[in-house]
Amino acid sequence: MTAVVIPVRVRRFRGGPPIGLSVAGIVVAAFFALPLAYLLWHNIGVGRDLVDVLRAENFLDPLRRTLTLAVIVSFGATALGTALAWLLTRTDLPGRWFWRIVVPLPLVMPSFVGAFALVAAFTRGGLVDSLFGIEQLPRIEGLWAASLVLTLLTYPYVYLPVSARLESLPRSLEESARALGRSPREVFRTVVLPQCTGAMWAGTLLVFLYCLAEFGAVQILHYDTLTRAIYSSKLYDRDVALSLSLILAVTALAVVFVERRHARRRVQTEAIAPTARIVQNNLGAWRYPALGFVVLIVGVALAVPIAVLAQWTARGVFGTAELTARDVVRPAITTAGLGLGTAFVAVAVVLPIAFLTVRYRSTSGEVANGVIVSGFALPGIVIAIAIVFFVVRLPNYEELSRSIGLLVFAYVVHFGSQSLRAGQVAVGGVPRRVEDAARSLGVGRVRRLVTVQLPLMRAGLLAGAGLVLLSTMKELPATLILAPIGTETLATEIWTSQSEGFFAEAGLASLVLIALSGVLTWLLTIRPSRARS
Amino acid sequence: MLRHISVPLLVGAVALAPLAGCGSGGGDELVIYSGRNQELVGSLLDDFSEETGISIAVRYGDSGDLAVLIDTEGDESPADVFLSQSPGAIGFLDGEDRLVELPADVLDQVPAHFRASDGDWVGLSGRVRVIVYNADEIDESEVPNSVFDLTAPEYEGRVGLAPSNGSFQDFVTIMRSMRGDDETLEWLTAMRENGVRTYENNIAIREAVARGEIDFGLVNHYYNEQAKAEDPDTPTENHFLDGDDPGAAILTTAVGVLDTAGGQAENAERLAEFLLTREAQEYFATETFEYPLAAGVDPPSDLPALDSPASPEIDFSALGSGLQRTRELIRDSGLESA
Repeated sequence: MTAVVIPVRVRRFRGGPPIGLSVAGIVVAAFFALPLAYLLWHNIGVGRDLVDVLRAENFLDPLRRTLTLAVIVSFGATALGTALAWLLTRTDLPGRWFWRIVVPLPLVMPSFVGAFALVAAFTRGGLVDSLFGIEQLPRIEGLWAASLVLTLLTYPYVYLPVSARLESLPRSLEESARALGRSPREVFRTVVLPQCTGAMWAGTLLVFLYCLAEFGAVQILHYDTLTRAIYSSKLYDRDVALSLSLILAVTALAVVFVERRHARRRVQTEAIAPTARIVQNNLGAWRYPALGFVVLIVGVALAVPIAVLAQWTARGVFGTAELTARDVVRPAITTAGLGLGTAFVAVAVVLPIAFLTVRYRSTSGEVANGVIVSGFALPGIVIAIAIVFFVVRLPNYEELSRSIGLLVFAYVVHFGSQSLRAGQVAVGGVPRRVEDAARSLGVGRVRRLVTVQLPLMRAGLLAGAGLVLLSTMKELPATLILAPIGTETLATEIWTSQSEGFFAEAGLASLVLIALSGVLTWLLTIRPSRARS
Repeated sequence: MLRHISVPLLVGAVALAPLAGCGSGGGDELVIYSGRNQELVGSLLDDFSEETGISIAVRYGDSGDLAVLIDTEGDESPADVFLSQSPGAIGFLDGEDRLVELPADVLDQVPAHFRASDGDWVGLSGRVRVIVYNADEIDESEVPNSVFDLTAPEYEGRVGLAPSNGSFQDFVTIMRSMRGDDETLEWLTAMRENGVRTYENNIAIREAVARGEIDFGLVNHYYNEQAKAEDPDTPTENHFLDGDDPGAAILTTAVGVLDTAGGQAENAERLAEFLLTREAQEYFATETFEYPLAAGVDPPSDLPALDSPASPEIDFSALGSGLQRTRELIRDSGLESA
């Protein structure tokens, strides 16, 4: 393929979207709206006094803490993810092929495992202390600890789309800028960064929403957020739990609204197929400091937790716990199947919304976008219960509860925002000119999609599928509630073992989850993008 | 437009197809929702199925989440019987009127204070609240015999507890029923003022004690037993408190038959009956390190007899409905947002 460079604002159709597309968008949005509908019905529809409940619960402090955390982590993860993406696509950093595989992996670590392992490693008397005898370690808790841990677990949300963008960005822009005498730093600031803002914002928003719904790490690190209040009420007290959930949803919608207003103004280079070989920035004297930086990040975010998990597993193998490979093989297959299936469904169903929002100034598309994105900010248990609330009214509920349909549905509602953001970036990258050419040759809409648009969007859509895959594979609360009875995933295995103190089994299942996620991510997103260039 | 996306849908369907069959089959089996972990009761339930020929399907999960699921599913719930890790979760379902009364001969096997006053659920095994301490750093004589002593200055910053954890909340509810709300709130507040450290659950507390991060932890006795089984060298030990202290409370696991059991009601009762047999009670004593509540089975050998940490006379069925007030007290004490 050759580079197609059209550095102009993405054009939209003047007229409205095709009616079929609008209908598809509305149908998809209706399904995604179920949790919101449940929250509205429960908080307003049945005449409960929402205001009284909220006043009694003093939600403002937890909300303020939630937002503080989300803002700090969003900044941290964006800076870290972008820096890593640039280092691994634009420089001569040693061992790039290896770092490209391991750098996205912290995303696969269930946050309750990652946070627990990091505490176990860095606390007094922990792994680092016992290996190096460092006794002056601070206690890992509160805002700074939660910010640090979540930044390390979520930067891949930014890294993945930004590095995908950098790979597909025409190098000729940078070459020209360099030829005109700009320094590498100026090129980065004036050429590379502006071209990445779309992808960066897409990732930042996901990080922000992730922080709203995050429970495992804040619970372990004693940082009291809204989600922690929702979980500690155990939903027994539904007036409280669901009114707090509604606040999360409203917060998410507000953030999405602001983000979309800015997204409409952004300029993006249509794109884009990579040139044969990349212009690399020579890091020179910075080569080894940069390498040290990457090693430090991957070490803390990935190697330390893995070491702790390995320690647990070993303790069991040499101790008394009965460990058999059989315990993890079936759950591993189930986890991979569910993850891949969900990823493809999640990419497919949000495509109409991606077209509606990027190609047309469609109000219904924007509403659908808000509804879908807010799903990521709600705790998994709330989404699962909301789905049961509606589906139980269908005549064949018992049959449905024995199929995987409900679970996949819940996953897609929960994580559809990830494939949607990636889809929007991908749709924005399809050059209108190529499509116009196809249309003027009399190619129909279906054939244009299959032969022109989808191939050009492939990398972007696969990146979205990869994000959904990783999130799905570690999802726990909705899985426990909605999986057909007898279904075991790696996440449920980890939970089953860890919650009763069977650390050896929890460690083994976690290691398998990380390895499996690594292999699948490589197959799905890294290998195709390498094969292309 | 829907036609356009049929190709990826097809790929997704192929990935999901092998899983479609992994759910359980028809409706002729006993459906158990178990808030008790598969590691703990899985093989016992398999024994039940083998011995009685009743086929079973078990959904494992958090007791509280499953109780809310049953409540949301309403009349359509596939669940026939509920196993609860704590009195709180099953008490919630009792309060929602979702349980049916158990036969007298099942109820009578267990002392009156380990079952619902309305006969809707029955306790199976007990976990005792203890103080876990680090035996490398502390002599057992230094461990207090009442949780009320822990507010003294010499324990400042040395104690851990888990305010959002279900078993801690059940313990606080028991304290309320023994000492009243005012004294309970006073104790919670004094604990916070004494620099108590908070953790997410029993396991994290025991780990922190083992690492020497804190010296004492308020936990269920079970977790130290499991930790010893995995790592015999771990330095933590359980200290059992005076019998009349709320800190010595016994938290029961429980079983109840749901009003949606229908044709499975009889099998559900047989399961309750089975779980109180000598065989099952011995399983709890030896495999899950818990106090058996029925059949005159002895507790695990290294635990004090049940009547020495005398379980105070408490209406456990009040626990579930009292949970909301307990959460309010914990929140008012400032422990939750410490």
